[in-house]
Amino acid sequence: MKISASKNMLKRFRHEFIILAIIVVLSITIGSINSQFYSVGNIYSLLKSTVIMGLFALGSFLVLVSGDIDISFTAIGVFCMYVTSKLVLLVMPGAGIVLIMLIAGLMGVLLGFINAVFISLLKMPGLIVTLGTGSMIRGFLLTFIGVRIINKLPDSMIAFSKITLLHKAQENGHIVGLSIGFVVFIAFAILIYLALKYTVTGRAVYALGGDRVATARVGFNITKVQFFIYGTVGFLSGLAGVTHSSFMRNGNPFDLVGTELSVIAAVVLGGTSITGGKGTVFGAVLGVFLLVLINNSLIMVGIPSYWQRAVVGIIILLSTGSVALQERRSRGV
Amino acid sequence: MEEELIVVENIEKSFPGVRALSDVSISLKKAEIRCLAGENGSGKSTLIKVISGIYKPEKGLITIEGEQYKSLHPIEAIRHGVQVIYQDLSLFPNLTVAENLALNSYLGNNKKLLKWKDVKKIASSALSKINVEIDLNGIVGSLTVADKQLVAISRALLNNAKIVIMDEPTTALTQKEVDSLFKIILNLKEMGISTLFVSHKLREVIEISEEITILRNGRKVAEGSIDQFDEPKIVYHMTGREVGTERYKYVPRGDKLPVLTVQHYSSDTHFEDVNFDIHSGEIIGITGLLGSGRTELALSLFGIHQHDSGKVLVEGKEVSTNTINDAVNSGIAYVPEDRLSEGLFLQQSIARNTYVSILDRLQNKLGFVDFPKADITVETWIDNLSIATPSKENPVSSLSGGNQQRVVLARWLATDAKILILNGPTVGVDIGSKEDIHNKLRELARSGLAILIISDDIPEIVQNCNRIFVMHKGQIVERLEGSRTHENEIVAILKKLK
Repeated sequence: MKISASKNMLKRFRHEFIILAIIVVLSITIGSINSQFYSVGNIYSLLKSTVIMGLFALGSFLVLVSGDIDISFTAIGVFCMYVTSKLVLLVMPGAGIVLIMLIAGLMGVLLGFINAVFISLLKMPGLIVTLGTGSMIRGFLLTFIGVRIINKLPDSMIAFSKITLLHKAQENGHIVGLSIGFVVFIAFAILIYLALKYTVTGRAVYALGGDRVATARVGFNITKVQFFIYGTVGFLSGLAGVTHSSFMRNGNPFDLVGTELSVIAAVVLGGTSITGGKGTVFGAVLGVFLLVLINNSLIMVGIPSYWQRAVVGIIILLSTGSVALQERRSRGV
Repeated sequence: MEEELIVVENIEKSFPGVRALSDVSISLKKAEIRCLAGENGSGKSTLIKVISGIYKPEKGLITIEGEQYKSLHPIEAIRHGVQVIYQDLSLFPNLTVAENLALNSYLGNNKKLLKWKDVKKIASSALSKINVEIDLNGIVGSLTVADKQLVAISRALLNNAKIVIMDEPTTALTQKEVDSLFKIILNLKEMGISTLFVSHKLREVIEISEEITILRNGRKVAEGSIDQFDEPKIVYHMTGREVGTERYKYVPRGDKLPVLTVQHYSSDTHFEDVNFDIHSGEIIGITGLLGSGRTELALSLFGIHQHDSGKVLVEGKEVSTNTINDAVNSGIAYVPEDRLSEGLFLQQSIARNTYVSILDRLQNKLGFVDFPKADITVETWIDNLSIATPSKENPVSSLSGGNQQRVVLARWLATDAKILILNGPTVGVDIGSKEDIHNKLRELARSGLAILIISDDIPEIVQNCNRIFVMHKGQIVERLEGSRTHENEIVAILKKLK
């Protein structure tokens, strides 16, 4: 009984295990070539690098599970970041970071609702809608709000980037700490996990990705569910935008847009089905870890950075391919 | 007098350009099993949707549990215990059995948070109501159709069903699964639940129903206790015409070599040492339980699946069946089981669907498609197979099931096939068109084609095939002479197989 239960686990989370294994193997390999990899400083900096992609990925994950696709989230993120920064500098330069994040997040929710209106009420495919809204939001930002990089951000945003935890002394005497941004990312990952697992709306996201018609017939309010999804994506994007500019210590309206496909790649890498209904938060987080590991660490072992994209592509093909193959074999096709 | 649970009177319902229901009445007593029969387009599904509150009729009265309604709202229908089990079952393939069962009641009770212990409890009590055991943690998408159906039925019962409407529940079930479904329907009857059973398969209808209502062109044409009906009578009311029941007679054509010879044909996983031949003019039927290897055999002969050993000869010459191209070039054509997902490009025109299989032969000297020639070919086949359409440029999706099936036939006949393999040729096709397809197949056989039919539909096999093979665990276990075999014999053989 026990054995079959753990076997079941293995089967259900096959993809997550594969990604975890790749992460472990990759880490050991990189570490054995360059021991700098294991230094606390490097690990902390890797974890910090997962934050922005991670927050975006959580939203992207929700949309993919519901059986749709959103590519406007980076545009929403940069819009919220830039407008909020400008607004705060203009009206209340002393605002705290929580307030700033809330403003950006709620702005994101509103923008997400625009997506939801088209996708849910007009029943348009998410890819088309967000292709449009993403381009529109970014165009609006650059045309009417500004193209100049904000070099002096509100103080609280700069301060946020300096908050660290779990301080450790490195060999060279430097004291390093883990960015609080990572804690925010993980906290939201847990929140999304709980919402998906223990709320009826959360299960509806999976149901929607599994069979849309059945979801309506059972009596779910699909419109409500989709507003929840795209609102959440907007909120997380706003948050990611502010965190990004805080980490960069400037507000650049040309940032972020262009990274959306990498984010979606990370989520898919983590085992989320591009056709909807399947995927776990844990998998999406692992996907982000793996992608960040590849992007930031291959260089440590002398692999040119151009190779990173190729490696990501190869891993996507191999990992999703192996799972697809196993599924096919188990169905006896 | 027995209690009438629901009485639907004088329903009228029109859609733009069509009168779907005119003056239709139907009623169900408590614990009654009633069959609603009728061809596609007869108004069956419209009537179901009126009863379940999805459509509002223009006229008529619905009395349910003593309360009168001009039209029902879906919520009212559910509150009165009306549950529809749709043909597609409306389950979530990516969720577990437990969730599929429990989500409904969570929604019904307007709860926001899930307790997984309760989910399991709700689910297991639902399954125990109909005495079935299915792994609660299993993903629904990986269950068999029969198990999925049981999940759907259990889910309906969870909502205090008093009337269960089953829309074509047996379409994808094997004989044994149909039997256990019937046990469950009888079980529901004992619990006081009424069943409205919608089906094409008349033998089943007669076996399970107590009462029958027959619709044709939106009108009720017959109704009564099932004892007063037999198959030909039901068919007559459904189609408005007599449908022939005479069998196919094969007249040997005196050819020396069979068109198709299959020798020691084996695949490591699906079938083993299959031997048979088909002469010109023969119609051979293969039946067997699901998983007997018959579909895989057909797919291998057509080059979709691989075989591992054995020979295939066409007119005495050994041919390769390794790829679809090989098979097509040696004169083998295959009409798949699910014409919608495997066979047709639904949004494309009838013409394009027809000539897609012979594009390479329609090339002119420059390598472009010779459209005038293509048009002639298409028109010939539309004519030959009497496909009912105003224009060959209409999309295939605008055709009825029977006519869609003919388009698939036309496509393969256009390749000048010598051997036609059909997998479930009339699944989901109504009786009238079914007869037309059967007649067409006989005609084709008489004109010299060798035909292989794979089917679950025993009457179809017995009526149309001059030889019948029963396959089991990858082998042909029984070879019967069509003209001397009774349906019940084959049913008995199938029941014995395990």
